Amino acid sequence: MDVALRSVRVALVGNPNSGKTALFNALTGAHQKVANYAGVTVERKEGFIRTASGRSLSVLDLPGTYSLRARSPDEEVTRDAVLGRLAGEPAPDVVICVADATNLRLVLRLALELRQVGRPMVLALNMYDIAQRQGLRIDLEQLRAELGVPIVTTVATRRRGIENLIAEVEALGLQAGLAAPEGEGSWRAPDPAEIRNAAREAERIMRACVRPPERPDTLTGKIDSVLLHPVGGLVILMALLFVMFQAVFSWATPAMDAIESGFGLLGSGVAAVVPDTGPWALVQSLLVDGVIAGVGSVLVFLPQIVILFAFIILLEDFGYMARAAFLMDRIMGGAGLHGRAFIPLLSSFACAIPGVMAARVIDSKRDRLTTIMVAPLMTCSARIPVYTLIIAAFIPDRTVWGFANLQGLVMFGLYAAGIFSALAVSFVIRRIFWRGAVEPLMMELPTYKMPDLKSVGFNLWVRARIFMERAARIILPLMIVIWVLSTFPYPPEGATGPAIDYSFAGMIGHALEPLFAPIGFNWQMVIALVPGMAAREVAVAALGTVYAVGDTDSAVRLLGATLAAQWSLATGLSFLAWYVFAPQCVATLGVVKRELNSWKWMWVMVVYMFALAYLASLITYRVSVALGGGVIGG
Amino acid sequence: MSHVIRLSEARVGQRGVITSVGTHGQHQPDDIELERRLLELGFVEGARVELIHEGLFGHDPIALRVDDMRVALRRKEAASLIVELSSDIAA
Repeated sequence: MDVALRSVRVALVGNPNSGKTALFNALTGAHQKVANYAGVTVERKEGFIRTASGRSLSVLDLPGTYSLRARSPDEEVTRDAVLGRLAGEPAPDVVICVADATNLRLVLRLALELRQVGRPMVLALNMYDIAQRQGLRIDLEQLRAELGVPIVTTVATRRRGIENLIAEVEALGLQAGLAAPEGEGSWRAPDPAEIRNAAREAERIMRACVRPPERPDTLTGKIDSVLLHPVGGLVILMALLFVMFQAVFSWATPAMDAIESGFGLLGSGVAAVVPDTGPWALVQSLLVDGVIAGVGSVLVFLPQIVILFAFIILLEDFGYMARAAFLMDRIMGGAGLHGRAFIPLLSSFACAIPGVMAARVIDSKRDRLTTIMVAPLMTCSARIPVYTLIIAAFIPDRTVWGFANLQGLVMFGLYAAGIFSALAVSFVIRRIFWRGAVEPLMMELPTYKMPDLKSVGFNLWVRARIFMERAARIILPLMIVIWVLSTFPYPPEGATGPAIDYSFAGMIGHALEPLFAPIGFNWQMVIALVPGMAAREVAVAALGTVYAVGDTDSAVRLLGATLAAQWSLATGLSFLAWYVFAPQCVATLGVVKRELNSWKWMWVMVVYMFALAYLASLITYRVSVALGGGVIGG
Repeated sequence: MSHVIRLSEARVGQRGVITSVGTHGQHQPDDIELERRLLELGFVEGARVELIHEGLFGHDPIALRVDDMRVALRRKEAASLIVELSSDIAA
């Protein structure tokens, strides 16, 4: 179709940390669509602009790269999108090469490479205000002549130069419409000699067009001498993590309570509107117990996730995250993890779902896979209600060694078990599957920048929306499956036990009971594990249901007393061990399947985590019984 | 007198100019890939480098100033970079 009629396709390409995403946001505002590229798990961000002359532009924000010669799935997308090799994605009409005006050397080489592709191109010199403040002189006319492409200076965070950029793109788009599409141009992956030549050419252009800054940035060096100090840097990182955890767990509580009661109200509201007689009873149960309670049980973690993301985005925009990866690289490397795995694993303390999604920052497929495989072992906040219930019921509230609270100590031990097992599993994966192959750590440490609060807020909103959309799309169907299992078939007339006892979940529970007997689980516990697949904390409500104590707040204390009377200490400890390892969260499994685009690896995760859980529970139970903890009600 | 070392052997504060990138002669795919990636990150012959920070354990990884930007590497990768140290430091 003629470009004069359809919208002009624009692609943003640039080095990491060039402010590309800020420019994308400034160009397209709220008119964005986030999805995945077909067949790969790279985020596809597209935005739309209507120009002053009424033409529409569609803008693609491509993953940051130093070269079209891709080495990660993200960079492959950038290469293939620019070359028009992606299925269903025609090559862009115009490429915007985004450059950090204060750091031109590497992007000039990228621009030379992009020029070979033969698509019309604009060079956007972003963060131009910082360059001016530093007294960096760029001869724009000369640069335009050297590169043979139009140049626009921009300050994305202040929306400066955006109109000019759009005008240049539009003009180029119209010209492109007259010329025939050129396919892939003359680009092919350069060999080392060609990269050297291009680097030399970029260096020559630098010398010809750029005068070094009169007031170079010295702040980054000063901050780094503190934040990258071998000892001080680690201490600061740990302190930062401590504050982050405090924030995630204490600031989120009011909002979580509000969401919980909101879903409770919604549930009772629906229950009041939909009658509970005849066939309607089923609809009511599906809506209230299945959909509302199920989605609510996952969305309740949204406040924690938002706070966590706020920290991560702030630190990322400030430029700290690369430093955190630097500081943690050797420590994580001992377990076979990449320094960049730090953020995903950190996120997993709130919830494995954002953790697994955050693993996208890891370039190498192997490192990313390893990180995703161990992320659910980190103690997510959904385990806390389970741990709290069992600890309160079985661990005496007393002081040991003069200062430590025994209950707190057990809680700490469970967190430590999660971290330790994650490191151990990644170590084993590295040794067995990758035979010790190590991916290099090579990353730019960007200049520190004051985060722009508006753009942090905007990115936070985008992240939260993605989490909610994905959660809803993956979680909703799974919740319905689990509701069906726990609801059908109905109990027979005159049944005395709780209804779930007669359902498929009950049947599964009774059938699996012999398998779980060696680890000290009774049939009630096994039944509770079936709806407990929805999310870990659902096990608390499920135990309440099978022990028929209800699931209101006061009932949780009653449930604790019931468990203490009906389980032995060994069983309680075994149940805790189970929850350290077992993949009792279909939402995580769904996200893992989606992110790795593989059923195989999802099943590997299911099998290895259940196997570890069984083994850990078996050892815990047997040892506790041997030590005299096998007495029920003891 | 000039002093030529592998960048992986450098200590904090040492600076110099890169004279060679890549393990020449050994044309393993992994080596060529590493060479290309180093070049793309600005580690080219003639670039000025300075070791500015190092990690706590095993002095690894290292943070480098490469011309006017900062890059983190492990010493393992830095071993394929040959540097001629500036005389004022080497002396």
